[in-house]
Amino acid sequence: MSDTHAQTVRFVRESMLPPAEPPTKERGAVKWVRENLVSSWLNAILTILSIYFIWYVVSHVAPWFLNGIWDASSLSECREIRDATLGPDAEAACFAVIADRWQQLLFGFYPQDQYWRPVLALVAFFVALAPVLFPGLPKRMLWFTAASPFVMFFLIWGGSIWGPIFIALGFVIGWLVWRFLAPVAGPILALIAAIIVPILYWYFVAGLAATEAGGLIPIGLERVESRDLGGFLLSIIIGLSGIILSMPLGILLALGRQSDLFLINKVSVGFIETIRGVPLIVWLFTAQLILGYFLPPGTTFDITLRVIIMVTLFSSAYIAEVVRGGLAALPKGQYEAADALGLDYWKSMRLIILPQALKISIPGIVNTFIGLFKDTTLVVFIGLLDPIGFSNAIRASTDWNGIYWELFVFIGVLFFIFCYSMGRYSLYLEKKLAREHR
Amino acid sequence: MTDTSIEAREIDRSQMRVSDELAIEITDMNKWYGTFHVLRDINLSVYRGERIVICGPSGSGKSTLIRCINRLEEHQSGRIIVDGTELSSDLKNIDKIRSEVGMCFQHFNLFPHLTILENCTLAPIWVRKVPKREAEETAMHFLTKVKIPDQANKYPGQLSGGQQQRVAIARSLCMRPRIMLFDEPTSALDPEMIKEVLDTMIELAEEGMTMICVTHEMGFAQAVANRVIFMDQGQIIEQNEPREFFNNPQSDRTKLFLSQILGH
Repeated sequence: MSDTHAQTVRFVRESMLPPAEPPTKERGAVKWVRENLVSSWLNAILTILSIYFIWYVVSHVAPWFLNGIWDASSLSECREIRDATLGPDAEAACFAVIADRWQQLLFGFYPQDQYWRPVLALVAFFVALAPVLFPGLPKRMLWFTAASPFVMFFLIWGGSIWGPIFIALGFVIGWLVWRFLAPVAGPILALIAAIIVPILYWYFVAGLAATEAGGLIPIGLERVESRDLGGFLLSIIIGLSGIILSMPLGILLALGRQSDLFLINKVSVGFIETIRGVPLIVWLFTAQLILGYFLPPGTTFDITLRVIIMVTLFSSAYIAEVVRGGLAALPKGQYEAADALGLDYWKSMRLIILPQALKISIPGIVNTFIGLFKDTTLVVFIGLLDPIGFSNAIRASTDWNGIYWELFVFIGVLFFIFCYSMGRYSLYLEKKLAREHR
Repeated sequence: MTDTSIEAREIDRSQMRVSDELAIEITDMNKWYGTFHVLRDINLSVYRGERIVICGPSGSGKSTLIRCINRLEEHQSGRIIVDGTELSSDLKNIDKIRSEVGMCFQHFNLFPHLTILENCTLAPIWVRKVPKREAEETAMHFLTKVKIPDQANKYPGQLSGGQQQRVAIARSLCMRPRIMLFDEPTSALDPEMIKEVLDTMIELAEEGMTMICVTHEMGFAQAVANRVIFMDQGQIIEQNEPREFFNNPQSDRTKLFLSQILGH
């Protein structure tokens, strides 16, 4: 402090009073309760009602949950155990069904000794996703991200390793064609060539080459048929493929809808409105029944793949509309400034417009993805055995006839974990971007 | 108006030379918005090194005119030749002209998701294919010139309006343009920030940049311009060197406009 003291100036206090605590009513827990729970009569009544409601729910669910029986081989055995230990009126969940059948709920009919493959594929997925979600990681990891779809495909379906390799080669060929033709022949011609050449390659060369290579150097994993995929594994395959594929397609559709080019604009609008205007379940039936008619005769087209395509198209229409909202929210000046600097359309979109538009659209995009992920359970209606499908199948067996809640709780928890994490990531991203840009 | 702030400063005219080389040539240009005739029979030749101020009442087509020069707006008839290249619907020509012509907007239009430095290096890297390090050096050079090198790693939202407009000028300059267009660069600024932006523009003029400014800063026009153009209802009504323009306006509409804008 200063050199002013009580000796020189009498009215200056020399020693400070010890800080006094505020009155009990304004302190700690009491204060918190006063402010948050009983700040007014209405608030107090609502608090009491809420507490009653919570107590009501918990008091009914908790015993059922806590008394849960994990060790039994059938529902009737569960009931016997309950009657013996708790009495016939007690409520007890029969979680034994999950202990008994969790493999099926998670993996379907996937061969038991091969469970490591889908698990490894999921790990590969998260490794591939990391550099995309968290920009701080080294850029080189993106190479693995590019290769990961083929790695995951090989791990899950197995078969010869040459199939995925020669399919992946098609993308490399397309990229090379684009790279070397674009400066010579102009972007439009190069783009057409970069699409057609790989298609021809896949159609005529890839299959043959893969068979030949497989004959020479047979490397591969045990083949797993699509019909053996099921349970939560199937939900994840369909959901995540749909999410990843629908994002770029949705962005292109949104740009198409904003385009001044008449045909592109009308095609995009027509596509979005048609897909959006019809329920997903109809599209899934279409995938099951009709899609086969459009393909050349003799091609068998995997049902899982068909469903993935349909789910992708469906959610891309929604993504397109969400992204369009973001594009429309940007001030016109951003487009003009990008133009005035001489950036061409694609560069201005990639560097200026989309980073900002996508940032605005994050909540909507993640919302759509969560919806898509949960909608994958609809595949049960076209005969695929996703977790819901398996819960039906499990109930159909004599051992577990009549069991509902335990299975649905388990499936619900699985979906909740995934969807909640997506929601949390979206919040993290929003906060991070808001911090960076302001 | 803020003309007093400019007169206080001695302007170095040694580099301000108008050459006889054409920078922009506009002949019989017309533009419509739907059925509304915005620009009527515009004829304008701009020589290299000229500093032109365009003024006129709002809605007179001044902004539209300079936005036609880099094709932010499309003209429907007549010809616009910029730096020897005619503006047509050929996208290559448009991008070429846009990379040679810098532009500053009323609302700055900085990219909010990029830092100041990234704002300045983006176009040189992606359009001119300049290596990143060289682009950053250039950017720091021009940021130093507009006196905000220490803000390079901030985001536009953290800067004041005047600072943002100076960054916008630096961003244009990083493309090393041969012509600069200013579309009411000070209209969205507080009075105390107008001076810092005008000072930057004056420095640019002193270095011999070809400039076309749409502005209401008559002090700037008197001090820097070699030609003032008055527009009304889509037409160029009158153009003259500043002293004659302000002291001896010819048309009645110019007189009325000047009395309104200089009267208070």
